[in-house]
Amino acid sequence: MHNLFLFFRRYSNFIVLLLLQGFSIYFLVHYNSYHNALASNFMNEVTGRVNTQFNKVDYFLKLRNTNEALVKNNERLTNLLNENFERQDSSTKIVNEDILNDTTGLKRKWQYFSAKVVSNSVSAQNNFIALQRGTGQQIKKDDGVVDLNNGVVGIVTDVSENYAVVMSLLHKDSKISAKLKKGGEVGQVIWDGKDPNRLSLIDIRKSAQVAKGDTVYTSGFTTTFPYGLMIGTIEEIVKDKGTNNYILYLKSTANFYNIQYVYAIENLQREEVDQLIKNANNKVNN
Amino acid sequence: MGTLLKNMLRFILLILVQVYVLDRIHLHYMVTPYIYFLFILWMPFEGNRAFQMLIAFALGFTLDGFRHHPGFHSAACVLIAYLRPFVVNLLISQQGAENNYQAPSAKSMGGFIPYLVYAGMLTLVHHGWLFFLEAIQFGDVWYFIVKTVFSTAISLLLIMIVELLFSRKQAFRTNTV
Repeated sequence: MHNLFLFFRRYSNFIVLLLLQGFSIYFLVHYNSYHNALASNFMNEVTGRVNTQFNKVDYFLKLRNTNEALVKNNERLTNLLNENFERQDSSTKIVNEDILNDTTGLKRKWQYFSAKVVSNSVSAQNNFIALQRGTGQQIKKDDGVVDLNNGVVGIVTDVSENYAVVMSLLHKDSKISAKLKKGGEVGQVIWDGKDPNRLSLIDIRKSAQVAKGDTVYTSGFTTTFPYGLMIGTIEEIVKDKGTNNYILYLKSTANFYNIQYVYAIENLQREEVDQLIKNANNKVNN
Repeated sequence: MGTLLKNMLRFILLILVQVYVLDRIHLHYMVTPYIYFLFILWMPFEGNRAFQMLIAFALGFTLDGFRHHPGFHSAACVLIAYLRPFVVNLLISQQGAENNYQAPSAKSMGGFIPYLVYAGMLTLVHHGWLFFLEAIQFGDVWYFIVKTVFSTAISLLLIMIVELLFSRKQAFRTNTV
């Protein structure tokens, strides 16, 4: 008996170790029963409260992402609303003869017209492209122009009866509303007049996530281009020291050196939109 | 500042740093850095060992509470709390340094290297036991070894940085007691 007590005294620490290890491994293995235990509820309560406090900071820092996610989801849900859909009355179909309806009942907004390039330049500061197609062949002023791979080339600025002149992206006045595919930030694509096939994307905040190789495409905010036409991929990222913006150099999708054929894209609803904006302006001005 | 208050603050701060800073850094799936067990490394030389092991269990169990799966860290913490006095006896060079200083540090252990070995051995044991308990569920030996080695290296680096940044002032206690 005496020896037994001596043994316990001698090895008391080791016994405590074994006991505590035993507890730990018991908890570890009987993980599911712990979840029902009172102790676990208490622990979850405590850690939950601490987590709530720290989450306030985290929540604030991630508001931006949350907001974007909400806006996206809101857009998706709004689009599902019944008011967005209408069954077209057959009587109005006759009236709206000039709006193209296809058999699925969808209204056509954009129409592509192919055109042959008759003259092109890249060496000047203000480059134009001439197309062998004009008003007589359905080309209109302000049509967007893309190459065969849907890479943006320019905008029609002048039309004659059989020819059209396109202001190429390689023009100092060319300004295209563009969007980063990754983050959705919208900026302007311009040309600095130096290297053809190398465009600059400006007005992108430094907070935007950009990386080399990211895609830049049209924003769809203008009546000239549909949403999602490729403009270029990011080749070089420069921080503008004077402002809070990046200057992103793009490798243009369209190769301006060897354009043979292009598509002019007509917005069939342009007049409607323009008329609306004009009316709105008139109301404000009067 | 009282010793008790100091230790409580240390306990809470180390847990918070572990949970809200280190656990959110995803270096690599093979590297999981830990520094919360500095609390055990910094425990005084003296004191009831069984009590120290209980405190270590509480520390590990608190962290487990945040991970919502108890057992892993408490087991590892208890083990290093048990082994700590042996490692100290092995490494301490000065005769009676345990009596002259309160807790292990580079100063009390007679140099930076012995302290590094002390921290390194306990870190390795802590990580080894922890990852072993994790690994037996998958039975992947290489995962266990590689993760232990890399995590120990990173944890040790962090511990040394903490030691350099927050030097604990320890008065030399004369043996007039």
